[in-house]
Amino acid sequence: MTEPGGTHDTFPKLLLHHARVRGGGTAIREKDLGIWQSWTWAQVRAQVEALAGGLAKAGLQRGQHIAVIGANRPRLYWTMIAAQSIGAIPVPFYEDAPAAEMIYVFQNAEIAFAVVEDQEQADKLFEILPECPSLEHIWYDDPRGLRHYSQPQLASYESLAESGSARARENPRFFEDEIAQGRGCDPAIMMYTSGTTGMPKGVVLSHDNLILSSRAYAQLEGLRDDDEVLAYLPMAWIGQNLFSYAQWMAVGFRINCPESGETTLTDMREIGPTYYFAPPRVLEALLTQVTIRMEDASWVKRRMFAHFMALARRVGASILDGSAVGFVDRLHYALGDVLMYGPLRNALGMTRVRVAYTAGEAIGPDLFVFYRSLGINLKQLYGSTETSVMVCVQPDGQVRPDTVGPPMKGVEVRVLDSGEIVLRGPGLFQSYYKNEAATREAKDAEGWFHTGDAGFFDEGGHLKIIDRAKDVGKLSDGTLFAPKYLENKIKFFAHIKEAVAFGDGRAEATLMVNIDVQAVGDWAERRGIPYSGYTDLAAKPQVCDLVRECIEQMNAQLARDPKLARSQIHRFVILHKELDADDGELTRTRKVRRGFIGEKYASIVEALYSGATRCVMQAQVRFEDGRVGNVSADLHVLSVKTFAPETVKSAA
Amino acid sequence: MNLDEARVADAVGRRTGDVVLALDGISLAFGGVKALTDVSFDVREHEVRAIIGPNGAGKSSMLNVINGVYRPQGGSITFAGRTGSHMEPHFAASNGIARTFQSLALFKGMSVLDNMLAGRNLMMKSNIFLQALRIGPALREEIAHRKRVEEIIDFLEIQHIRKTPVGRLPYGLQKRVDLGRALAAEPRILLLDEPMAGMNVEEKQDMSRFILDVNDEFGTTIVLIEHDMGVVMDLSDRVVVLDYGRKIADGTPDEVRASQAVIDAYLGVKH
Repeated sequence: MTEPGGTHDTFPKLLLHHARVRGGGTAIREKDLGIWQSWTWAQVRAQVEALAGGLAKAGLQRGQHIAVIGANRPRLYWTMIAAQSIGAIPVPFYEDAPAAEMIYVFQNAEIAFAVVEDQEQADKLFEILPECPSLEHIWYDDPRGLRHYSQPQLASYESLAESGSARARENPRFFEDEIAQGRGCDPAIMMYTSGTTGMPKGVVLSHDNLILSSRAYAQLEGLRDDDEVLAYLPMAWIGQNLFSYAQWMAVGFRINCPESGETTLTDMREIGPTYYFAPPRVLEALLTQVTIRMEDASWVKRRMFAHFMALARRVGASILDGSAVGFVDRLHYALGDVLMYGPLRNALGMTRVRVAYTAGEAIGPDLFVFYRSLGINLKQLYGSTETSVMVCVQPDGQVRPDTVGPPMKGVEVRVLDSGEIVLRGPGLFQSYYKNEAATREAKDAEGWFHTGDAGFFDEGGHLKIIDRAKDVGKLSDGTLFAPKYLENKIKFFAHIKEAVAFGDGRAEATLMVNIDVQAVGDWAERRGIPYSGYTDLAAKPQVCDLVRECIEQMNAQLARDPKLARSQIHRFVILHKELDADDGELTRTRKVRRGFIGEKYASIVEALYSGATRCVMQAQVRFEDGRVGNVSADLHVLSVKTFAPETVKSAA
Repeated sequence: MNLDEARVADAVGRRTGDVVLALDGISLAFGGVKALTDVSFDVREHEVRAIIGPNGAGKSSMLNVINGVYRPQGGSITFAGRTGSHMEPHFAASNGIARTFQSLALFKGMSVLDNMLAGRNLMMKSNIFLQALRIGPALREEIAHRKRVEEIIDFLEIQHIRKTPVGRLPYGLQKRVDLGRALAAEPRILLLDEPMAGMNVEEKQDMSRFILDVNDEFGTTIVLIEHDMGVVMDLSDRVVVLDYGRKIADGTPDEVRASQAVIDAYLGVKH
């Protein structure tokens, strides 16, 4: 560690600090019963004190783990601080993870305590209870449906807080004494990596890791205690944890929990966050919505949209960067701001956004530029669970769509000869829990963390990520093949939701595609094409043509880049089902697991390269309740026009 | 009889209470068409009571007799301490009977929230002028009503469509809103007319869960008509089977399933 985090070196100490300094200020809001309910820092402190007492009374010890499972709810946030107050380590879970996926973590971390949101989560825990005998206590937030449960492990959140309040009356010094014992180098949280390969690994992060990373961001962006943040991403994701928990505690701004997953966009418009964080898939979904709504708009509005978007693409990003732009263009852009960009930002809930970040996956350059050209200061950063998201970030005025910016202050980044990125810095994790071998493999003797990502520094000192090091391959003629790059590029088309590119060791590149049911469904409805569901829609010849057009457009763009011209897509298949994390095809953070898909759909891959025009596919699907069913499909394998670099030049 | 009651309570495993609604020898005819002939059954507090039967068996007529839309020619109804030859609709409504409709009864152009507030119409006490001006007691009252409606919105998980006009919603969600509108009246007895008609499997599962939750959380007695046998057998405590306007069976789902008369009515008889 470079240096400790000062006197407020743990999250609970920061909570006490905020309760003293800004006790009457709002700390957290939740929309409930249609109204934003708020809690001040002083109220949060009181809640946490009660909880901490209750947890200690129930037997939670320093160094033990406690599971936190559910959506973004204030009480779950309080549980995390309460556990940290008495030196325990919260382990957040993805709320949509099926019970079977939770078993490993419960066994690995020997979890005896869990605080869950509702009946759904409690049911999962009772399902895995026989295999996780260490689990002794389950507390729930929402009592609905749990009235008739008689399991001895189960109790309400209220009863937990009540027993803690009683303890606080007996021993009022308990809470602050416990907090005073905490040190910055203690483990603060354990997060399991999504694991595109093998079993998930528990990443142990200390208070120092998260607080130093948070302060670095706060300093870089000038975060203030009146900033508003929407807490809407899964709590088990490091991005959510850093931006809505660690930075919340470090800076003392306000976080806002939406009413439900479906209301997020409306809630965001009501709150008007000033500091916003979104993975590319969320930004993509927003753009798809805008595109659909524009296609349904009147002719005048459509023309206006097309006109001003063209202008924004040309000068919008430059204006945001503060570079030189002609007076006429500026005036024109200002008009567009009044007529279109402003209202559109408002519709997206981004009117007040001062700084927006995207991370978690590479973002398509077109998608990125779209938001920036509207005047939204969207920036990229690079990081991972193991680094507390503290590696690289784009400073204002130096934002480029294809890099992730220079290394942050205090972080050393190097690129090995193999192309792999390695780094050292204060955010670097302590260890993988109970996995000495993996820790040694990731963190070498000198403390360099091997990211597994391939990249290089450009002439301006900005880091450019190409792909996962192990995913970057070569076509059979030896040219570079970066599948993720192709996938991200094709996903920018509103009609395409997900894509998987193949080509390593092959003569040419091919693609599997998931259409976006919302966008294509809307497109089909306007053309009077009837369909019953995803599978039916995906098999329509008109839809095949639509997708082919998208791919051909991409091929034309690729042909202009000499390094990528060989990676043009030659053949493709529209998959009969949507790729799903429940089937193991995506990780819980919605990243494509290319290797797994390649094996599972080996017959399709073969058809893509054998020249066959059809392919019959049997596949297992897992429903949300865990049942398994079979889907069979007859898929069309289609060819796409490719462009030689010369033909494009002559056409252009 | 005592033994029988004990068994019902046991099979149900819930706290079903006293009889709250009793129908005795109900007969209803439209001109020469006999819709119901001498049908008797009762409904107990807190239970889920199903009325099933093939098409044209008189199920919806029965529901309409219960909430007073139809006046039967014969028989008597006992409810809320009053026995009469028929039910008055306003008496039924003001004493806690609410219903949903097979063909939905919602204001299509109004938002979900307003539709549900309309369901509380009978409970609004302040006069129309104060309500229009939103002052004094009317405002306090509206806040209280809104809170109750929001609790139901939360319960039915329809927060995201709170402000959406009902006409723009898919059918399955409209059904849920219709249930919400009926629940807004805080009924003692909730009559559901084919709550799952026209739904897909997932929507049916959701609706079943909501019905059981309503029964469980609010203690509401539920009388439901349903076509889908599987759903009925899973949800109900007791089932009445009608066929051509006559009662042919009455008992727990298991008893009804085993009844020869029911099997004949549903699957046909060899002639």
